[in-house]
Amino acid sequence: MTAATARPTGAPTPIPGLPATARFEPNLMRRKLNGTIFYGLCLAAVGLTMLTLVILLVDVVSRGAPMLRPEFLTGVPSRFPERAGILPAIVGSLEMGLLVAAFTFPTGVAAAVFLEEYARDSWWNRALRTNIANLAGVPSIIYGIFGLALFVRALGLGFTLLAGALTMSLLILPVVIIASMEAIRAVPDSQREAAYALGATRWQVASGAVLPTAAPGILTGIILAMARAIGEAAPLILVGAVVFVTYLPSPIEGGYTVLPIQIFQWASRPQEGFQMISASAIIVLLAVLFVLNAVALVLRARLARHIAW
Amino acid sequence: MVEESPPVVGTAPAVSEAPGRRDGSAPLIHIATHARDEALAGRPKETALELRNVSCWYGSFRAVKNVNLTIAKREVTALIGPSGCGKSTLLRTFNRMNDLVPSFRAEGEVLFEGKNIYDRDVDPVEIRRRIGMVFQKPNPFPKTVYENVAFGPRVNGYRGNLDELVEDCLRKAALWDEVKDKLDQSGLALSGGQQQRLCIARAIAVQPEVILMDEPASALDPRSTLQIEELMAELKREYTIIVVTHNMQQAARASDTTIFMTMDEDRAGYVVEQGDTIDIFTNPKNRLTEDYVSGRFG
Repeated sequence: MTAATARPTGAPTPIPGLPATARFEPNLMRRKLNGTIFYGLCLAAVGLTMLTLVILLVDVVSRGAPMLRPEFLTGVPSRFPERAGILPAIVGSLEMGLLVAAFTFPTGVAAAVFLEEYARDSWWNRALRTNIANLAGVPSIIYGIFGLALFVRALGLGFTLLAGALTMSLLILPVVIIASMEAIRAVPDSQREAAYALGATRWQVASGAVLPTAAPGILTGIILAMARAIGEAAPLILVGAVVFVTYLPSPIEGGYTVLPIQIFQWASRPQEGFQMISASAIIVLLAVLFVLNAVALVLRARLARHIAW
Repeated sequence: MVEESPPVVGTAPAVSEAPGRRDGSAPLIHIATHARDEALAGRPKETALELRNVSCWYGSFRAVKNVNLTIAKREVTALIGPSGCGKSTLLRTFNRMNDLVPSFRAEGEVLFEGKNIYDRDVDPVEIRRRIGMVFQKPNPFPKTVYENVAFGPRVNGYRGNLDELVEDCLRKAALWDEVKDKLDQSGLALSGGQQQRLCIARAIAVQPEVILMDEPASALDPRSTLQIEELMAELKREYTIIVVTHNMQQAARASDTTIFMTMDEDRAGYVVEQGDTIDIFTNPKNRLTEDYVSGRFG
């Protein structure tokens, strides 16, 4: 007992021969209190996020809603805010979205399949993976500079929507690859073994067993990346998105604009009217993103119908 | 030819707990007894697989050493032995599933229809079609019941009537009556035992000659386990079955031939004894086998 009293108080003293209960210090009150505190912190974090979002939305809607008329959606930009519309920007954003999806979906998924299903676990491939992850963190303006040098100048595409879409594709490709790799890695090896054991080739295993199972996860990654591509403005300023487009853009010739560029331009003008239609355009952009996410949710649910591990 | 012979419980003490149905009707499980063997007596066993001096390596670690075996056609062969003795490694050597492990290397010859499947000119994809596999944990694809069975025929370019094949395989796997109304539901929605029988249906859909089973019932409840064992007795009319099991009762109940493996001091597994199941369990030649089957070791 003398040895026990010499220990610092509070430290449980295991003494052979004592009943096991004596070696515990349950402190149930403290443990439950910790749980309550943690619960409160989590709730506060959610509350803060939601509050910020609500304030932003209320502010945007209250300023933008009055100008959100049918003519605003079908009109073209004007020197007079009350006559200005955003049809060219909507069409530009949609064309941009389609092109970016068409470029990144096959490239990104194929790259992820290669890295996860084909590439050996070598030093070189680990370095490659790490670098793809790093690319996802490069500022978007850098991609703009690169796009200007490569697509606009070197490849001679000029300041076209195509050059913009290619630049934007490069920007989100790392995100698509990483998300697809995660989804592919989440497919249990037992699925691959099952397919191999039936006499499937490596490609049949990847395309028939792995990809269908990974599809919902891949889709989520692509949608998140697409939302970024549609909301991004900075790199497009460098590769030639212009602000005053009164016609519907063609992908391969002439100027184009997209919603974030249009918002940026209107918001930077001093007149009260442009401030208001800038808010209106933000509502339109939010609506586009909302529809995109809703479609993704439905698609994901359909793809995941049979998947419930 | 086999089913009508009643279980001769008295002559098989090691499997005497093998049950008949409670109502006294025909036994649920086929029991490998001499009574059964009489039916096959005098007929020379055909060889499905022959192993000549096979060793399996993971990098510099030898997991299995110097195995010489002959596996008879249309029989259930059980592979028993303590954990880590290389049973699964050996089983996966039969259809080159171990090729998926980058550090794996096999030495010696695995002769299938007289041809070494590790020869350079042999395509493992073709071997795996002809030597199928059922895994420890049921692993149906997250697809419909129908698509699970149809996957193998599809990847192998099956030209016949797929609907008929799927139904036929599900019937052979004793699953048809339970799933015929839910062919378009997810295979993962079935119970564990049903999932494993779905995996068996999937395996036989590519019309293999040999089916490897890696502890096929270890994740299942007793009732499902019995169903799998019944199924094995049924399937051996057409297929050669090699089953790894930890469950010695299962080996005694469900197999014709038993191979006992254990590991040496260098942790490499080796085959101690191979023989008729009845002999391995009642009259083992080797002391190690006797210790293991009587529960003194492992």
